[in-house]
Amino acid sequence: MNIGIIHSVWTLLLIIIFLAIVVWAWSGKRKRSFDEAARMPLEEENDQSS
Amino acid sequence: MAMEQTYNYRVVRQFAVVTIIWGIVGMLVGVWIAAQLAWPVLNFDIPWLTFSRLRALHTNAVIFAFGGSALFATSYYVVQRTCHVRLFSDGLAAFTFWGWQLVIVAAAITLPLGITTTKEYAELEWPIDVLITVVWVAYAIVFFGTIAKRKVSHIYVANWFFGGFILTIAVLHVFNSLAYPVTFFKSYSIYAGVQDAMMEWWYGHNAVGFFLTAGFLGIMYYFIPKQANRPVYSYRLSVVHFWSLIFAYIWAGPHHLHYTALPDWTQSLGMVFSLILLAPSWGGMINGIMTLSGAWQKLRTDPILKFLIVSVSFYGMSTFEGPMMSIKTVNALSHYTDWTIGHVHSGALGWVAMVSIGAMYYLIPRLFGRQLHSIRLAEIHFWVSTIGIVLYISAMWISGVMQGLMWRAVNADGTLTYSFVESVEAMHPFYIVRLLGGVFFLAGMVIMAYNLWITIAGAKPIEARIPAPAH
Repeated sequence: MNIGIIHSVWTLLLIIIFLAIVVWAWSGKRKRSFDEAARMPLEEENDQSS
Repeated sequence: MAMEQTYNYRVVRQFAVVTIIWGIVGMLVGVWIAAQLAWPVLNFDIPWLTFSRLRALHTNAVIFAFGGSALFATSYYVVQRTCHVRLFSDGLAAFTFWGWQLVIVAAAITLPLGITTTKEYAELEWPIDVLITVVWVAYAIVFFGTIAKRKVSHIYVANWFFGGFILTIAVLHVFNSLAYPVTFFKSYSIYAGVQDAMMEWWYGHNAVGFFLTAGFLGIMYYFIPKQANRPVYSYRLSVVHFWSLIFAYIWAGPHHLHYTALPDWTQSLGMVFSLILLAPSWGGMINGIMTLSGAWQKLRTDPILKFLIVSVSFYGMSTFEGPMMSIKTVNALSHYTDWTIGHVHSGALGWVAMVSIGAMYYLIPRLFGRQLHSIRLAEIHFWVSTIGIVLYISAMWISGVMQGLMWRAVNADGTLTYSFVESVEAMHPFYIVRLLGGVFFLAGMVIMAYNLWITIAGAKPIEARIPAPAH
């Protein structure tokens, strides 16, 4: 296998991984846990001065 | 109160305070060299004070001393508060603080002496590079160690950005700095010719992408929701834009080397990936600004929120301008002109400095258990620095486009219309306006330092208790 093929396969693999992340992030099942995660910094108690 | 029940605010306080100090120092040097460009006599014929040496001091001071300290402070604060644990190691954290200060002092001594590798944004000689590496490894251990012992299952998105920044900078710094040491103060890069140039801009552009972008996006994702008291606009967008930034940024470096000895296909690849970068960049911008959706009225009364939101607007603006400038035909006009300097400063002052300033106004009073001394002064700071940025970047845009047009103008017989010195003369008024913009921005920093000094004077450092696990 020459370096060109290795790089092509690697690039293709990365694109597939990225598309999988997009599909995962937009799947309806994630909605609730993402909403919870988004509230994380707001739900901790604030420091004294705020 | 036992140590393990409180957050380590000591190291956050230290880094936050030096952020302000190094910011003023770095920007003062910037103002000084801007004045030198307008009036070259200001170097007084002293080698240590020449533009060539002080310019590197300015860039290192504002990027690594000011920006770096802001990143250390905020990442240590955010990772503790969103993981509900104390930092992994107090000793290593203290080592990163003192080690980083040593790097900064070493830079401030060696660069004016003319000790330099001449690699842009990586000018420091090899012994300092080694020290940076050691400090950075300690930083990574503290940061990822803290994440590893977290008490909440989810890793908040700001930490992903901080983590990506820490890992990538380690790789970039080590590989770009590989060199043969000749003496203690002199080394030669192991790369030569165009490979050296490509390594340099692979490093250089990703320093922009990961040091000055990913790290500060980490700041954005914590401090904007906190200050606005609203959750991030779209959490799934933050996940996707994080990964697209990671996948795409690393390829963009060749756009710094258009029309050079770099192979044509590499230049085009760099250009294409720079254009693709518009998507993740604007994903971040939209997410930051839209977090305020439904609460826009807060912007009227809250100068801290003004700093944060305007910084994200500048981020959007400069990440639109950047891809445009990476297009080869545009680059043919813009490269080597002041347009580039204007672009860099709309990112550096508008985005990086403003988001750091907003975070410091949020952070420093809280770290000392005080209220900010004067909201009014912060408001004045906001307007003074905004005017400064606008003066700076518009002067550089006009000057840059003018330079580009003058350099490429040819007469009917094919000779150049203008000699180089004619373009230098034409730039002069804009260099004075740029200096004025820099003075405004620096004045804003001094107002901030005064305001925060009064805020924390005589205050006792506070120990913040870690909340008990809720679920």
